[in-house]
Order: sequence, then C-alpha cells, then structure tokens
Amino acid sequence: MPLLEAAGISKVFGKLTALDGAALTVGEREFHGLIGPNGSGKSTLMKCLAGALVPTRGKVTFINTDVTSFTPPERARAGMSLKFQITAVLPTLTLYDNILLALQARSSLLDLAFSRTRGRLHEEVMTMLLQFRLADRAFDAAATLSHGQQQWLEIAMALACRPRLLLLDEPTGGMSLEERRVTGELLQPIKQHCSLVIVEHDLDFIRDICDRLTVLDQGKVLASGTVAEIQANRSVQEIYLRRA
Amino acid sequence: MSSTGTGIQPPSRVIEAARSPVMASAFAGRTKVLPILELALLIAASIAPLLLRDYITVYATRVLILCLFALSFDLVWGYAGILSLGQSLFFGMAGYGVALLSRDFGVGSIFAVLPAGTLIGFVAALLLAGFLLLGRHPSSVVFVSLGTLTGAYAADRLARGSHYLGGQNGIPSIQPMTIGSHELSEGPGFYYLVLAILVLIYLLSRFLLRSQFGLALAGLRENEQRIAFFGYKVQHLKAIIFAISGAIAGTAGSLYAFHEGFVWTNMLGVVMSTQVVLYVLFGGSGTLIGAVIGTAIVEGLSFWLSDNYRDIWPIILGVLLLLVILFRPLGLISLVLGERERVGSFGPSLKEKRNAAP
Repeated sequence: MPLLEAAGISKVFGKLTALDGAALTVGEREFHGLIGPNGSGKSTLMKCLAGALVPTRGKVTFINTDVTSFTPPERARAGMSLKFQITAVLPTLTLYDNILLALQARSSLLDLAFSRTRGRLHEEVMTMLLQFRLADRAFDAAATLSHGQQQWLEIAMALACRPRLLLLDEPTGGMSLEERRVTGELLQPIKQHCSLVIVEHDLDFIRDICDRLTVLDQGKVLASGTVAEIQANRSVQEIYLRRA
Repeated sequence: MSSTGTGIQPPSRVIEAARSPVMASAFAGRTKVLPILELALLIAASIAPLLLRDYITVYATRVLILCLFALSFDLVWGYAGILSLGQSLFFGMAGYGVALLSRDFGVGSIFAVLPAGTLIGFVAALLLAGFLLLGRHPSSVVFVSLGTLTGAYAADRLARGSHYLGGQNGIPSIQPMTIGSHELSEGPGFYYLVLAILVLIYLLSRFLLRSQFGLALAGLRENEQRIAFFGYKVQHLKAIIFAISGAIAGTAGSLYAFHEGFVWTNMLGVVMSTQVVLYVLFGGSGTLIGAVIGTAIVEGLSFWLSDNYRDIWPIILGVLLLLVILFRPLGLISLVLGERERVGSFGPSLKEKRNAAP
C-alpha cells in the first residue's frame, strides 16, 4: 500500500484547466520529484496534496485515509507537512522559538499554558538547529537570516512536526550553488523516517536526491518512473527541448 | 516588517555567532527593561494615594479600572491579532449585569458581584466567539472587527430602547459594593482594591503569555495560516483568548459600575470600545505594560488638558495621539523597549534546562 496516492486530480479555475486528471503515487521513504515546464500544474498539484486547494475532481488517499476534503491542519495532524514556496518563517521570533512552535503543536493546551513540554523539547530544538547548521543563530530573530538559511529553517520547521510525508515546493529557489549542495545533504538523512514530494526547477538537484520522478505537462502526467527511466524518455526530452 | 535578511551581518552578530549555543542560550533574550519598568510603575501606583488629593485618587481609581479594560484588549489584539472593536460589549454587559443584581436582588457583596461580572464577560465573549471565530475556516480580521463592532453598537441601541435597563439614563444610584459588613465607597480603599485586582490579573496574564501558550499566540499573530499547517487548532486558540479577554473586561466593567455608582449606555457602545483601542495603540500593544501606560497617559493628559484648555483640549489630545501613531507606530513603549524584549523569547528557563539534561 503506498503512503500517498492521488488519482484523477483535476483543478479548474474558471476557464483555465490547471490540472486534468493528474495522478501521483508515493511509497514509504521515497523521494519523489515533480517536474515539468512552467504552468504545467506542479504547484497546483502540490497545493491539492497539501490541502491549500480542493481539487475539482479526483481523490487523495494518505495512509489509507481519504483526505481529499481535509483542511491543511487536519492533514498536518494526519502526518503531512508542507514547506511553502515563499518562505513563511515567523520573522520576529527567534529561530529557537520558530522550531519550538512547530514541535509543540501536538502538546495539549493545558501543557502549553503551564509550559510543561518546554524542558522536554529543548534537546530536540537544539538537535534540529544543529542538524540544519543554524545552532549558532538560535536566539536571533528569524528575519536576520540569509534567504538560504531561512529556507533551511523552514525545512526544519516542516520536519519538526514529525511528518510521514514532507511536501517541498521549490526549496532551493534563490539559493546559491553551495547552498543548494548543502540543502541536498540536509535532506538525505530524513529518508530514514519520511517520504518526500518535491517541486523543483533545478533538474540536477532533483536527479541527485530523488528516487522517482513524475513529469507533468499541461496538467497531465506525461511520464512517471525512476530517474533513469525518465531520463531515457523521449517525450520528456522533447518538452524540455521544446522549451529550450 | 521585512522577512528577508540582507546576508550582510553587523559585527556584533559575528561575535554572537562565535558563542556556543549553550552560552548563547544562557544570555538569550532575558528581559531587562521590562521588569524594571513594571516594578517602578507598581511602586508609583502603590504610593500615589498617599501623595494625591482625594478627588484625584478617585479619578486615579477610574484610570486603574480602565487599565484593566485596556489589558483585556491588549490580550486579543496585541497577542493574538484579533481586532475586537466590541470590547465594550463585555465591559458594559458585566456593568449592567451587576447593576441589575444590585438593583433587583440587593446583591452587593464583592464575592458575588465580581465573579458574576467576570462570568458575564466570559460567557458573552465565548458566545460571540462561537459566531465570529469558530467556523471550519479561519475568519478574516475585517469580519471579526466588524462583527464585534456591530455587537457593541447593537447592544448600545438595545439598552437605550429598553425600559427595564433604564433607557437613555441607564441605571442610577447603585448601592456600594460590600466586603462583609464593610461598605466600599470611592477613595483610597477602593483604589487599593482595584490595584490589587489589576496586579493579580496582570501577573496571571503575564504568566500565560510567556508560556508555550503565549508562543502559540505569537505564531497566531504573526502568521495564522502557517501555524495552522503545523496542526494548531487556530480557531480554538482564538476563542480561548477571546473568552479570557471577555472575562477580564467583565471584571473591569463590574468594578466600574460600582465605582461610578451608575451604568449607562456609553459603557456598552462604540465610544468605549474605540477609546480602549486608542489607549493600547498609544502605549504600545503586545507588552501588557504598554496598555497600562497608554491608559494612564491618555487619561492623565485628558484630565490635565481639560482643566487648562477647556475648549480645545480634545483637539490637542487628538493631535498628540496622531503624532505618536505616526512616529511611533509601536507605541510609546517602543521608546524604551527593544524589539527582542517586546516580542519575547520563549526558550526554557535555565532551571528547566537543567532538569531536562540527562
């Protein structure tokens, strides 16, 4: 049984058909890349998975539960986590508090009011900050970070919810080459406990970290398979050549 | 508020970065200015009646009650980002409630009327939250502010039209509040009672807002949608803080009713709820103490100006308010309080860290 299965997803905005029967299957601990030219529907599909949009038709199944009409918080509680395309760290809070905010989301209100989980979560917060190379900035406001560091903080926050599936929308957007390389390194260890769906323009980056790829074109799935299969696929080569 | 860093860091950052995380956490964001300010104000407020003439102490008591009211607005707006323009609804309903208790049932014991007023504010806020905040999808700021404003306006009109509530005149000559057999009338006794209640509620609010619950509220204020994606039940958080704030406004309203000795429709209406917005914006929202300072200064200024510039004082006050909001959009408190201390830091205390260490 796959972890996530989206079938026959269509999304219509007025007269524009952004998605037309797209499908996606992601297994346990699988890194799955979603690629395609601009306007092919990658981000729309991502939003339908995360619950930011409700598909016009189709069904999203996550861990044997139909989550199609779940709100984003309901999906988050079911074990999905999303990193936004535009960074959405909380700029005036410290890095520490940003992570703690994500980690304590599952604490009860009473525990929160009496700060009962604060001591226990301290270790975890610091571990995450170390893992994402942000520990020396722990008590600075998130707004003071560089763009790349803010992206890392966001990934750390998304992971702090202990998801089974992480959705990343263009995590390396605006990053330098070196930052991209580090991002790839930072993502590798999460494979031990988490699957990943990633939308990304940087094909080299995608090829390096993903197990499988799905190629979208004009709202439809053009091809889906292992990285090697996709690389050998003629029609995929064509749409990328056509674009170039 | 900018969310992107520049990448170029001032030298102090480099020094900070050189510290180990453990060292950094030991020095992190521990408040400095705030406790001093709070303590100074508490001392000033404690000795004030000894220095002031009695009629000014009476005025100061009213100001302290309004501080409590302002605190309730700061809780929802400054901490949770809910723009409640109907805060007077809870203030006024509690005021009318205890006035009726006194008029129709002869109940005046402080141990009955204060809890009753607090409960009225709490329940009214909870009911209104049910309408305005508890949908499946989060409601917009405009919807909530117009909803609360409409509530206050409607309550004002209803009270004006109600014979039972005394119509335009309200309910006059409420019997004094009693503690046992002692009657509490305006003056230093009432002043210290209100001060004690204000300090107690201030400390309770401070405790709550610096807890992990306070961090969740900070997240709510900064980016509601983001924390919903973490799995927070955003609407529940809002309803809870809204109801707590209603309860505090209710406490303030019942104190106000007994202190003034009468209630009238203005207590329920739009004038009162916009006044409290001004107090908090003037002093600075999201710090608690800012709300207290704002109320004290606005009321103090009105008192002094109306004595000395009888005809044009509202204009002078209005211009002053505009200037502050123009040049100090974060309120007067931002003159002495840095960004980090204002927003707060929610990491564990040293003691908690020691307990957590293996």
